[in-house]
Amino acid sequence: MIYVTDLHKKLGEQQVLSGISLNITRGQTHVILGRSGCGKSVLLKHLVGLLQPDSGKIVIDGEDIANLRERQLGRIRKRVGILFQSGALFDSMSAAENIAFPLREAGIKDEEVIRQKVAEALEMVDLGGEQEKMPENLSGGMRKRLGLARTIVSRPACILYDEPTTGLDPIATDSINRLIRRLQKRLNATSVVVTHDMKTAFHTADRIAFLHEGRIYFDGTPKELLAAKDPILVDFIEGRSTESEE
Amino acid sequence: MLEFILHSVGSTVLRLLQYVGQLAFLARETAISIRVAPLRWGLLLRQLAEIGFRSQLVVVVTGAFTGAVFSAQTYFQFHRLGMDSAVGAVVAVSLFRELGPVLTALMLSGRVGASIAAEIGTMKVTEQIEALRALGVHPIDYLIVPRILALIISTPLLVAECIGLGIGAGYLVATQVLGVSKAYYLTNMLSFTTGRDIKMALIKGFAFAGLIGFIACEEGLKTSQGAAGVGRAPTQAVVIASLVILISNFFLSFLLNIFFPAGTY
Repeated sequence: MIYVTDLHKKLGEQQVLSGISLNITRGQTHVILGRSGCGKSVLLKHLVGLLQPDSGKIVIDGEDIANLRERQLGRIRKRVGILFQSGALFDSMSAAENIAFPLREAGIKDEEVIRQKVAEALEMVDLGGEQEKMPENLSGGMRKRLGLARTIVSRPACILYDEPTTGLDPIATDSINRLIRRLQKRLNATSVVVTHDMKTAFHTADRIAFLHEGRIYFDGTPKELLAAKDPILVDFIEGRSTESEE
Repeated sequence: MLEFILHSVGSTVLRLLQYVGQLAFLARETAISIRVAPLRWGLLLRQLAEIGFRSQLVVVVTGAFTGAVFSAQTYFQFHRLGMDSAVGAVVAVSLFRELGPVLTALMLSGRVGASIAAEIGTMKVTEQIEALRALGVHPIDYLIVPRILALIISTPLLVAECIGLGIGAGYLVATQVLGVSKAYYLTNMLSFTTGRDIKMALIKGFAFAGLIGFIACEEGLKTSQGAAGVGRAPTQAVVIASLVILISNFFLSFLLNIFFPAGTY
């Protein structure tokens, strides 16, 4: 489904990605783990064309999107949806209007069809009946769910999650983890989850890639990661800092 | 010392050129969008209401009181020379050629420019613009084009409104308060005001609309650094747009005077 080859990206003076190569298989959930600021979100934004690489290839369904212009990316973005870390909801629109937005942009004019699809999307993320609420009146977890409802309403073949559980309490985190898993099964969508939360990673992943110093340091199943003896992987899994206490 | 001065001047000129380049790029993207993307009529109408309709109060008050006070000041000076009857002509020509377009544009840069920069800036720092892109919607089509078109349609009309109210208020002050003859006032005003003055006013209004729109949108789009950045964007938009309006008005006046010379001949 998605093939990333030798991806390089520099932001300002910092080399963020230094030759990322990664294959994401259709229908699977691929988690990208790594420390905060290691470039996970930068990599994710490349997968939907929000950032353009300095070099390298990103092939989605046989099409290299690395050098497509903004207007040419429109058709890719109808197949690949992204849930932003903050939800990125349109704050001047109600929950229903937020979810209806991609439908209206896709040219659907029938208000009854839009109403049904909005209700269905809200049901899928356990926000049934919250159509009229404004984003400012929703909790952090609910905002992420609403963002997810807006992403899935047009049924993308691939869903990208940018830190879906960051800033949530443990109960809300577990609820989002279950939701990601449920949606993956129900929609049979390919999912890419960027996180530094081990619980989210092990709950949702079919495969886990570990990003370190701008490269994919490890790519394997959750079992293979747990069995790894590499000190960098072990420290990360166990949440152990290498700094001394003195 | 000389090196420092040259470096400062050079870097300022470079920054200025870079900014002009950014505005030109935004204008080019907007022109492409108008040509290739379907127009969002709903958004355009909403912006026309916000930019055009809701700006009327500020423009009307500015035009009326400027016309009134300008008429009075002109009368105070001209009365000593026995030229009371020329007040109407001076007020009308000044309002058409300079005061109407410039004051309307300054008011709009404060009211509309600030609002555009703040709204787009907030959307930028809260990832709403990235969300638009991720949903396959080009931000230029959705955010910039409706605002620029609404400004370009509304501003010449608001300029006309400002001038009309200014002339009306000036007429009332001169004839009802200061005792200038109505017949002389109107006759001289009509004989010294030509179609060229009206064209100059509308062309300036059109040009200032573009400047306000592109500067405000550019300041909004390049907003960063969270709340502080959102706070800076409207201030920058208003300051830059106001200065650019005043400076460009000087050059526009000379340029347009070649094509639309002042006076009746």
